[in-house]
Amino acid sequence: MGKSFLPDWFTIFLYLILVLFGWINIYSASLNDAATGFFDMNQIYGKQALWIGLSLVLIVIMLSLEAKFYYRFSSIIYLVSLLSLLGLFIFGKTISGATSWYSFGSFSLQPSEFAKAATALALAKYLSDIQINIKSFKNQLSAFLIIALPALIIIPQPDPGSALVYLAFFFPLYREGLSGLYLILGFSLLFIFVFTLAVGSLWVSVGIVGIALLILFFNRKKKRKHITRYVVLGGLAILFSLSVNYIFENVFEQRHRDRFNLVLGKEVDSKGIGYNTDQSEIAIGSGGLWGKGWTKGTQTKGGFVPEQHTDYIFSTVGEEWGFVGSATLTLLFVILIVRLIVLAERQKNQFSRIYGYSVAGILFIHFAINVAMVIGIFPTVGIPLPFFSYGGSSLWGFTVLLFIFIRLDAARQEI
Amino acid sequence: MRKFFPIILVSLTGLIFLIRLLYLQVIDSSYEALSLNNAVSIKYDYPQRGYIFDREGNLLVANQPSYDVMVIPREIKAFDTLELASLLNITKEKLIERLDKARVYSPRLRSVIIPQLTQDEFALLKEKMRKYKGFYIQKRSLRDYKVAHSASVLGYISEVTQSEVKESSYYKLGDLIGRSGVEKQYESLLRGIKGVNYVQKDRFNREIGPYKNGIYDTLSVKGKDITLTLDQELQAYGEKLMQNKHGGIVAIEPKTGELLSVVTAPFYDPDLLVGRKRSGNYTKLYYDSINKPLLNRSLQAMYPPGSPFKALTGLVALEEGVTDINTKESCSHGFRYGRNARMGCHAHFSPLALTPALANSCNAYFAKTYRRIIEKYPTAHKGMDVWYEHLSSFGLGNYLGNDLPVGQPGRIPDGDYYDKWYPNTRWAATYTLSNSIGQGEILATPIQMANFTAAIANRGYYYTPHILKAIDGEPIKDEKFTQKKKTSISTEHFEPIIEGMHQVYTSGTAKYLQIPDIEICGKTGTAENFTRIDGKRTQLTDHSLFVAFAPKDDPKIAIAVIVENGYWGSRYAGRIASLMIEKYLKGKITRKDMEQWILTHSLEEEYLKPYSGEEFKINQ
Repeated sequence: MGKSFLPDWFTIFLYLILVLFGWINIYSASLNDAATGFFDMNQIYGKQALWIGLSLVLIVIMLSLEAKFYYRFSSIIYLVSLLSLLGLFIFGKTISGATSWYSFGSFSLQPSEFAKAATALALAKYLSDIQINIKSFKNQLSAFLIIALPALIIIPQPDPGSALVYLAFFFPLYREGLSGLYLILGFSLLFIFVFTLAVGSLWVSVGIVGIALLILFFNRKKKRKHITRYVVLGGLAILFSLSVNYIFENVFEQRHRDRFNLVLGKEVDSKGIGYNTDQSEIAIGSGGLWGKGWTKGTQTKGGFVPEQHTDYIFSTVGEEWGFVGSATLTLLFVILIVRLIVLAERQKNQFSRIYGYSVAGILFIHFAINVAMVIGIFPTVGIPLPFFSYGGSSLWGFTVLLFIFIRLDAARQEI
Repeated sequence: MRKFFPIILVSLTGLIFLIRLLYLQVIDSSYEALSLNNAVSIKYDYPQRGYIFDREGNLLVANQPSYDVMVIPREIKAFDTLELASLLNITKEKLIERLDKARVYSPRLRSVIIPQLTQDEFALLKEKMRKYKGFYIQKRSLRDYKVAHSASVLGYISEVTQSEVKESSYYKLGDLIGRSGVEKQYESLLRGIKGVNYVQKDRFNREIGPYKNGIYDTLSVKGKDITLTLDQELQAYGEKLMQNKHGGIVAIEPKTGELLSVVTAPFYDPDLLVGRKRSGNYTKLYYDSINKPLLNRSLQAMYPPGSPFKALTGLVALEEGVTDINTKESCSHGFRYGRNARMGCHAHFSPLALTPALANSCNAYFAKTYRRIIEKYPTAHKGMDVWYEHLSSFGLGNYLGNDLPVGQPGRIPDGDYYDKWYPNTRWAATYTLSNSIGQGEILATPIQMANFTAAIANRGYYYTPHILKAIDGEPIKDEKFTQKKKTSISTEHFEPIIEGMHQVYTSGTAKYLQIPDIEICGKTGTAENFTRIDGKRTQLTDHSLFVAFAPKDDPKIAIAVIVENGYWGSRYAGRIASLMIEKYLKGKITRKDMEQWILTHSLEEEYLKPYSGEEFKINQ
């Protein structure tokens, strides 16, 4: 390691705070009469304490390896990761409907949690090659393939939530020079999709034509010649809008449709699909400014919010720590992610920078989707809150992801 | 730009979350209540309602257990409607209708499906109810009447209405509340305080322990036992005497103002208004427009007091100094006081002084004396006001302030009253002469008549009549009832009046009603009264009135009896008053033939006359 080993203590500090605060809330959310002590291994919080302890071991290992190791072995790690995902189709264990687990006795491991780090390494390796130019369409396609492969294997498990996370790689791609048009295209499709569901394709079509006419009007002189382009683009957009209903009704499953309808305010059913979101909002909302106090949350104690120690752990924070606690947690995540972006920017080699942006992107997507879902502004998507939600695989996956970057950053003078 | 876009995106997302959290947690306060609805349920522990005793310590009202079938609509799981309906002994349609109603009221609060099951009905249900999720049995206590009389005084209890629940923070749907009589007046003493337990629930609605370790929980407090001033034997006897008659009896202990007896007739068995049979029976009583059994005539019916009122006219005259005990007035079957105005009177010696005039109930004497009172003052208006002041000091012309929840003010006119009738003060004492003999504009309730009789018996003061004697054995200390109320008449003026009332028995209008060994003072009354039949003012048979107190020199009971359409005073009311006094003072009846006469005489035919639609004769 030598004298150049300088890990970013600030990030490590944030990591430790999140993990510990997470455990405190998992303790509250999973507390029951059978509890005997903080480290009772029959209890969820006892197991989480074990996962945290083992994470510390993982951290030591991650930091002990040389930074070059990650660069050299990234392709192999990626391949192993893909194989582990594929292996699920043969050896996988099904837990709550998704065949995403390898089971070793009483212990299960979810390879998709580690595949994110592997993909980030592979993408960083590929893009940092001097011969690769992100502006070239061929290379773009290869990069997309690296990202899409694991996602495509994960989707049919089925675990669309985990697959959605791979959108995070737009972060490094964009930073490295991918045309912003992709982003605009993505957002446009999303807007058209949501608005079509909300107000119907007729109004969306009217809107598209309106926007096109406005652009045309303001760009009259310069871009008249591109008029055919606008017509084609507008036509495609309208076509997409018209097909949304078809996609929605035939490609989506009912539970997905329900989740969309709920957020769009089309269905109000607090017993059925809306139950999770409703209860989560009630728990958070009843916390008030200062919260009800640790282990004093009535909703948490009563177990009204399903999956509260995993995906909905944020609602425990909201109920028991109030606005002060939930706002602090939100800020902690924002600070961590921004810190990672700043760290990524200071990297001298492209590999570390791309990897850093991938980490920031992955954490951001998890944080944004999870919290948005828990506070009721995004459809229910089952992905965990990094470092916070209960689960060994998830905690280890994020720990590995983060500490590889801390190792790379510590060695930024070396490579 | 490429460097900053991700940072901006992350910060913006954080900002949106903070705004949303601020809204959820700080701005919108409705979630607090939602979370309590969810996770905390309230259970009540109903205490026993206080017992009611009479003045001798006899138990009048106790409790019996009763069971309500309650429902929390949102907890209902699919069940066999038909089976449950047959178990509850109602039709399936009725059950569904009640469930719908409960759901409309509130899906998460308890509503009553079947109220007040008896012990036996409950025993049948108890085991089977478990399989119907969302249905509960709530134990309550219902009244158990140990006596069959005094229904209107004791009152009854029934379920609170939805509007009462809305107005009150104490009552919840299905709770019982005092509706009339003592039950209503002393509801807060009798009901006790129900215990509240806040229970933390989990999402399966299972109880997982007390909410916040029970810091908000309270224990139930048993209702207080109360002792009434009623003498239950006298009360029972009063109702027995009043059977087949309409009217009221009020007996007061003059030295304390305690109500010994408050009888109204027709009456009913208090047990009729207990439990599930209550509403059916109540409806029947409510719609009985001939007998009006729910009207407490002793407290609510205003009658012209008639001749007993002459005692008061005499007292006011003495106090005002417009006459003395030697002044005599002539009477020739009445007297003329205007061109076409004449007041009639019956045959008696003439002229008479105050005492014999009272004993013989001479109309002329009191009319002339009344005129002197009013005309003593420069204007009739002023005179009327003085008259009003004197009478109101006897508790007349306004609510008595007694502790029973119903009452009427009666009516004593003052100067303003006649100014309204005769504008520009174009009226004189002679216009109002009927007041002197308790007719005209004068109205009083039986309890007011008993009260002024008590004031005469006390020679000038009274205690506000009251029904409550003690709370949990502690005598009441309410100054409203323990403080003497002085009348405006000096003590020395009472003797000639009392002597006159005594002579009513020894030589006057009630000489056949004497009780051996008891010196009794009284005054008969015969009050003309009218009704409207098809919009036409029609006279009915006179009301029979009587007021009395005894013994003369150490009064223990003052009584007023009104028997509607009983004709002259001594005929019904006098006899009943005499029997009541004997019963109270001696504990037994020596004049069995008089008792028999009262018990066997009915006035039912008299009461049907105005409803018969045919011509009828009165005062037969």
